Amino acid sequence: MKYFPLLWATLWRKKARTIFTLCVIVIAFLLFGMLQGVNSAFNQAVERANVNRLVTTSSIALTENLPYADMTQIEALPGVARVSHATWFGAYYQDPKNFVFSFPVEPEREFSVFPELKLPKEQLDAFIHTRTGAVIGADLARKYGWKIGDRVPLHSTIWTKPDNTSDWTFDVVGIYENPDDRSQESAFFFNYSYFDEARAFGKGKIGWYTVQVKDPTQSAQVAIAVDKLFANSPDETKTETEKEFQQAFLKQIGDINLIVTYILIGVFFALLFATGNTMMQSVRERIPELAVLKTLGFSDTGMLALVLSESILLCVLAAFLGLFAAWMMFPALKDYLGVVKMPTQVIVEGIVVALLLAFITGIFPAWRAKRLDIVEALRG
Amino acid sequence: MFKQTTAITAMNLRAIPQRLGTSWVIVIGIAVTVAVLVSVLAMAQGFKKTLASTGRPDRAIVLRGGSNAELSSTLSRENTLTIMDATGVKKDADGKPLASAEMVAVVALQQRKTGTAANVTLRGVGPKAFELRPEIHLVAGRMFQPAVRELIVGKSAVAQFKGTEIGSRIAFRDSEWTVVGEFESNGDAHESELMGDIETVLSAFRRNLFQSVTVLLDSPEAFNAFKDKLTTDPTLTVDVKREAEYYAEQSKQVSKLLNFLAYFVGGFMAIGAIFGALNTMYSAVSARSLEIATLRAIGFGAGAVVVSVFVEALLLSLIGGTIGAGVAWLVFNGNTVNTLGSNFTQVVFHLTVTPGLLLGAIFWACVIGVVGGLFPAIRAARLPVATALRAA
Amino acid sequence: MSAIVSLHNVVKTYTRGKQTVEVLHNLSIEIAQGDFVALMGPSGSGKTTLLNLIGGLDRPSKGEVNVAGERIDQLSSGQLAKWRARHVGFVFQFYNLMPMLSAERNVELPLLLTNLSSARRKQNVQAALAVVGLAERAKHKPAELSGGQAQRVAIARALVADPTLLVCDEPTGDLDRTTADEILHLLQMLNKDHGKTIVMVTHDPKAAEFASHQLHLDKGQLVEGSVHA
Repeated sequence: MKYFPLLWATLWRKKARTIFTLCVIVIAFLLFGMLQGVNSAFNQAVERANVNRLVTTSSIALTENLPYADMTQIEALPGVARVSHATWFGAYYQDPKNFVFSFPVEPEREFSVFPELKLPKEQLDAFIHTRTGAVIGADLARKYGWKIGDRVPLHSTIWTKPDNTSDWTFDVVGIYENPDDRSQESAFFFNYSYFDEARAFGKGKIGWYTVQVKDPTQSAQVAIAVDKLFANSPDETKTETEKEFQQAFLKQIGDINLIVTYILIGVFFALLFATGNTMMQSVRERIPELAVLKTLGFSDTGMLALVLSESILLCVLAAFLGLFAAWMMFPALKDYLGVVKMPTQVIVEGIVVALLLAFITGIFPAWRAKRLDIVEALRG
Repeated sequence: MFKQTTAITAMNLRAIPQRLGTSWVIVIGIAVTVAVLVSVLAMAQGFKKTLASTGRPDRAIVLRGGSNAELSSTLSRENTLTIMDATGVKKDADGKPLASAEMVAVVALQQRKTGTAANVTLRGVGPKAFELRPEIHLVAGRMFQPAVRELIVGKSAVAQFKGTEIGSRIAFRDSEWTVVGEFESNGDAHESELMGDIETVLSAFRRNLFQSVTVLLDSPEAFNAFKDKLTTDPTLTVDVKREAEYYAEQSKQVSKLLNFLAYFVGGFMAIGAIFGALNTMYSAVSARSLEIATLRAIGFGAGAVVVSVFVEALLLSLIGGTIGAGVAWLVFNGNTVNTLGSNFTQVVFHLTVTPGLLLGAIFWACVIGVVGGLFPAIRAARLPVATALRAA
Repeated sequence: MSAIVSLHNVVKTYTRGKQTVEVLHNLSIEIAQGDFVALMGPSGSGKTTLLNLIGGLDRPSKGEVNVAGERIDQLSSGQLAKWRARHVGFVFQFYNLMPMLSAERNVELPLLLTNLSSARRKQNVQAALAVVGLAERAKHKPAELSGGQAQRVAIARALVADPTLLVCDEPTGDLDRTTADEILHLLQMLNKDHGKTIVMVTHDPKAAEFASHQLHLDKGQLVEGSVHA
């Protein structure tokens, strides 16, 4: 620590150069934070997926509906604890831009299969007993300023009523929270019984089942058993763990991971040049000073450590600033990507990358300082 | 003035090899920025082109009112007949309307590259579908027969999905379909689809509702009359859109995301590159302060010094921009990428590096160079001659 | 008085490209503890080379170098660095201060290599600056000091770790007469009042007069009878 004033002063020896280099590194880490943040936020959704839940969809595609009657059969299978179901309602509020992730569900089933969704008991009771009742996520409630007691009209792009209209009105009776993952607080649940009665077509069909298994180690067997139940029927199913389901879904959008990796490789390639050049220049200019330090008794290894620490100080300081900026800016991405918070793990990754960068760009100048011949250097 | 400028510039440029390390910072920084910008924009461009070329100004698509995409739309058989008979729809020699009532189903197939399943559109088309869309033509095999479970597959779909070659059998809904033909469609969105006879597909999926009607109009101008006719018909609740407009809407989300990515990432990288350029040019000026001061002492003007610094910055960024654009063009042009398009299914598109994109990128590279060279140039001009001479 | 510096049959050769130049030929000298020696000679005579050998910056090609009771020609470069930190304080012609550090930070540098606490370091720095008469300029950067002041800071830096030996290479070479004399008086004071052994290279006969002995070098050899009392 006693060397810090020396390091700090050395770093700012040429203010303009240090500031510019710092800015370049800050921006690189800002991009790292944002891109890697998005990437791992998506991955986190996969990681968070519950291991004791299976998703059963039509084997043709996610968009094909399944008979409601399948539920009792699935629930009767050994190893199955509880089954819930949902259907894609495809609705918006007032304007097609205001898309609302809305699903008709059976209240009791939904909230027991998804225990991470926290809903006060009396609100669940109200949901069960109100035909047009709806329970919404806390984030969604904030977004539109909806509160319990509000009447909310949604326009479904899929489901019509017999009168050929697509406008459905609901009464908000509860607001749920998901303390584990705040990004999952934007759903709009309403009663399946109301939906099934009122829809003009497709009655008796639901979108997908979520199957809670008693023992997570039995997931694979249960999944096979479910699919076997409906093999060779008109509505064959495909059952996979929640995790596999999420992964497959993300893969459809495209290989985000790959694109992010490509961009970051480019960014850091350029960064290596910028930072490496600064370190090289800085050492080159300071040859006489470094020689003086050596005459004062600084050892060869000490010189190596000194220059490397300078590089580390520069890179880690800038990385911190960049990652902090990314962390501050991250919520702005919500509209594009639906992710709310930058995963903290990205900061750790960023610092590791910064250390690596510091080492790669610092090692050659540091080596030069170590090998510096005092007599030669003092002669100028 | 001109002579002076040339003299100093030549001196500066000759010094570049001595400061190769520093000069590389500008070149590499700008090259990477430009390469990323060009490739992401090429993606956006390719995506837009694929969906935009799917539309023709004299074709219109009709969906149930309020449904955003074919997948969420439903139309009864009765409605489809009303729509096809409306004024403005072009008739063939036999007086039949050139229109196709269609349904789309989403089916999951295994991708060749990853082995994971992805959604693909199965489109049931009416008998007039191919007169309606003359851009679709078979490149291998034959057309499907009505009332038989046969399919033709788009070229991009064949490339993306396993088991879609001619002669393959694809099983969905307790039924098996045979691929009998492969088609091209000018690289538009339909090339990522499977197509079969509408009645056969409806019955296999046990449906009786259609999802869209696509019609060929007498002329692009006939659209408004056609639209008015349908929207005022009390038996119908439909949305009528020009095909181009419909596909543009479908691609809006992805385009928005790609553009955002390009301008957000590209913008920040450009700022980073500017700082890199500033660094290089400042150190170029300070390394040469003695030379500059000497020239000023002899009587060279400040203007000549400013211009010479600018020229150096511009030249370096031009090199960087050209390398970046060149790499993006060589590596990415024509690459195929797939993502979710309309109807929640895969659409394949080609990265398209257009000349405009390349020129734009190089232009921005020069802007970075100019901004990065500005302050150092001013500093070079303001360098107090006496101090600089003494310091050396 | 015992010899603090003793060189025995020292040869130093340099290779410049393909040429080998012998700078010192079989040189033997002794410098007693508490002495103030001026090394004189025309340029190229090998005085700086000799000084570098005494200060442990360089090693002889042949011969023995004994300084502060240690055969420093046999030390590794790492041992030599430690040895320098303990025994030698350097003063250069162009001061060689770190431009970005304040005077007190410059003086503190050698102490960073010791185990002294931050408070003790501060104390020693103040004391060293007081000795050279610059206590009130502690916070100034080298650029804000005059040449004489900068050289005083450099001397304070050389003193602060209480070395056995002060090694000065043309310490007044960049200074005007008056300032030079001030610096030389300071060195003389350090020699007399603080008992510091000083070896100073100079080409200025006036500067050499401040020393208690003069050694004349020419073409890598001691000029006979050059030791003045």
